[in-house]
Amino acid sequence: MADLGPTGVIVIIIVKSHAIADPLVLFKTSRDLVFSVLENPARPRFQTQSIWADFRKWDTRNRKSMKIHEYQAKELMRAAGVATPDGIVVSTPEEAFAAFTKLGAPLQVVKAQVHAGGRGKGIAVGPDDDRKIALEIASGNRERGPGMAKGVQLVKTAEEARDAAASLLGKTLVTYQTGEVGSKINKVLITVGHDIVKELYLGLAIDRGLQCPVLMATTEGGVDIETVAHETPEKIHREPIDIGVGLADFQGRKVAKALGLQGKTAAKGAALVKALVKLAIETDASLIEINPLIVTETGEVMALDGKMNFDDNALFRHPEIAAMIDVDEEDPAELRAGKSGLSYVNLDGDIACLVNGAGLAMSTMDLIKYHGGEPANFLDVGGGANKDQVLEGFRILLAEPRVKAVLVNIFGGIMKCDIIASAILAAYDEIDFRVPLVVRLEGTNVEKGMELLSQSGRPIIVAKGLTDAAQKVVAAAKGE
Amino acid sequence: MSILVNKETRLICQGITGKAGEFHSTQCKEYGTNLVGGVTPGRGGQTAVGAPVFDTCVEAVEKTGANATMIFVPPPFAADSIMEAADAGIELIITITEGIPVVDMVRAVAYLKAHRPNVRLIGPNCPGVITPGQCKIGIMPGYIHKPGRVGVVSRSGTLTYEAVWQLTSLGIGQSTCVGIGGDPVNGTSFSDVLRMFEADPDTDAIMMMGEIGGNAEEEAAALKKAGVITKPMAAFIAGQTAPSGKRMGHAGAIISGGSGAASDKIAALLDAGIVVANSPADMGISLQKALKG
Repeated sequence: MADLGPTGVIVIIIVKSHAIADPLVLFKTSRDLVFSVLENPARPRFQTQSIWADFRKWDTRNRKSMKIHEYQAKELMRAAGVATPDGIVVSTPEEAFAAFTKLGAPLQVVKAQVHAGGRGKGIAVGPDDDRKIALEIASGNRERGPGMAKGVQLVKTAEEARDAAASLLGKTLVTYQTGEVGSKINKVLITVGHDIVKELYLGLAIDRGLQCPVLMATTEGGVDIETVAHETPEKIHREPIDIGVGLADFQGRKVAKALGLQGKTAAKGAALVKALVKLAIETDASLIEINPLIVTETGEVMALDGKMNFDDNALFRHPEIAAMIDVDEEDPAELRAGKSGLSYVNLDGDIACLVNGAGLAMSTMDLIKYHGGEPANFLDVGGGANKDQVLEGFRILLAEPRVKAVLVNIFGGIMKCDIIASAILAAYDEIDFRVPLVVRLEGTNVEKGMELLSQSGRPIIVAKGLTDAAQKVVAAAKGE
Repeated sequence: MSILVNKETRLICQGITGKAGEFHSTQCKEYGTNLVGGVTPGRGGQTAVGAPVFDTCVEAVEKTGANATMIFVPPPFAADSIMEAADAGIELIITITEGIPVVDMVRAVAYLKAHRPNVRLIGPNCPGVITPGQCKIGIMPGYIHKPGRVGVVSRSGTLTYEAVWQLTSLGIGQSTCVGIGGDPVNGTSFSDVLRMFEADPDTDAIMMMGEIGGNAEEEAAALKKAGVITKPMAAFIAGQTAPSGKRMGHAGAIISGGSGAASDKIAALLDAGIVVANSPADMGISLQKALKG
């Protein structure tokens, strides 16, 4: 949750909140809403995971926030009074041709719509293209070869717009943020090009320390903002926002000044910033970035790009935003897990784990690695662990072909260990368990639970203590 | 002594008539916590868990003299409940509810700062607070704890139980265990709790469980290094093997400062003279080491 201030907690709200709260209709809405949208187009996307994709997923989970596309963010911004260049989102080359004609500007931009950043340097690849090479190019470590399409292209005619759209639509965009997995391009945005006098940056996120949203503004727009923050932090102006007041007019003027705007342009900039803050608070945005925010030759201030993330926990009051979710951008296994109240993150290793609680789940991964193994995932079944959750957890884990062993690590607190053991046994019997299963239980009635497991007649390896569990599962994965 | 909660604590539960509220209120009461009432709007006059239910916090405080509350109210209404409790004069607000919108928490925390600066908010999204043998407020299993002289503070739930269990198994008791919760905007930080433990004559050492992300662990390490915290400390950071690097892109990372990486946190802790457990299996042992100096 970088946008909320980074945290290690990797539980989606949906996961446990219903376990501790009344079954209110309103309360269920957020979850139902999101999943009703997700219900239908379950499109499997089995590809080799790269470590970069893992970064992105951890990123996503950490953020507890929903992402939307640039064109959607710009629609919200425009409606809120933030100027953006005219644009039309399309999903076929023919529509791109028509859009260029309709927009009528001499210079236009065709932009791939995927959630990841780094699109401008990103490379669109087809099924036969080498993604490794594409990633090297997208990361700036290799020259772009002929015939390779960039994620953002300038066009001067309707024909060029059509060709640019054809070079992107249906392909997969590989950027430094997506890794080799890439993101499928289903839509492109055709947008009017402007003469740029200045490229600025605006961002908004929650500051954990100050415990309020903070607006960030710098004149160093159009470049990697993290580099600016690292090398010249003094160039970033930070404006804390009192959420009861919103952005006061004087703060708008301060920010406009910090952005180096003058005269009428400064007034326009201040108004834009104020509108943006209002939008952020009203929509429960957890992160907004406009990079670049531009000043045109005529003195207009416009959002040339737009990124918005939203607090998952607040989606219940924003059905219109929940409906903007793009399932193609989500990992199917993670979606499936979320639906059962589980929190799942796919990783590279071969030892799957099922744990209750996010902190213990992360620690279990640490433990596996400490003993020479590689965790295949993060799976948190929440504070309790009932049969249905364990069953669905096992199904998700075993669907991953590279998994060679499974470790269950549960600290039974309020939930007693014998009950958890019964749930594990019931789940074990319902699926074809193709790999060794190591179970470590601790807590109430632990002896009873372990007895149930070891006398079950099933080939379950019972472990005593964390270290024993880790050693046993690492050995099992190696076939020892 | 201990911190935050003890035998004198008079607890109400907001959301006591809900399934989770009722269940955990019962558990707390069975542990020995002095549960004096509950609040559920519209349910005033009823009884739950053997205690009177009130419509408002003000009434609950008037009639029962409550000085602490445990909140199990569903996320959309939980931040409002925090403000209601503070308004009623309750000094300690422990919010268990997970999934409260961040903006709601920003408002609630701002409200407390402006109108009730002396109120102590723990959580949200936390397991609660327990002073073993005296008072349990939250969802932690009571029996794993043992009265003693080690203070425990953590961002996580089951990982805390694991650490406490290791301590208890080694015969090391706890003065108070505090779960501060993992949400980005919360009431109490590691540093706040460390200062309380430092001031508590019945706490001899501190066990801290952190996680990747943010810079709360670095702040805690800085307090130790500066000599503000003089008591021996041990720590564990969860998520050491979680893929790091690009994890916190852009605005969020810039705003929070620090890398949030486990390696940076561990380096800061070690530099401050805190014993760090390499494996989660060694949390108890590392505290033992810290005690031995």
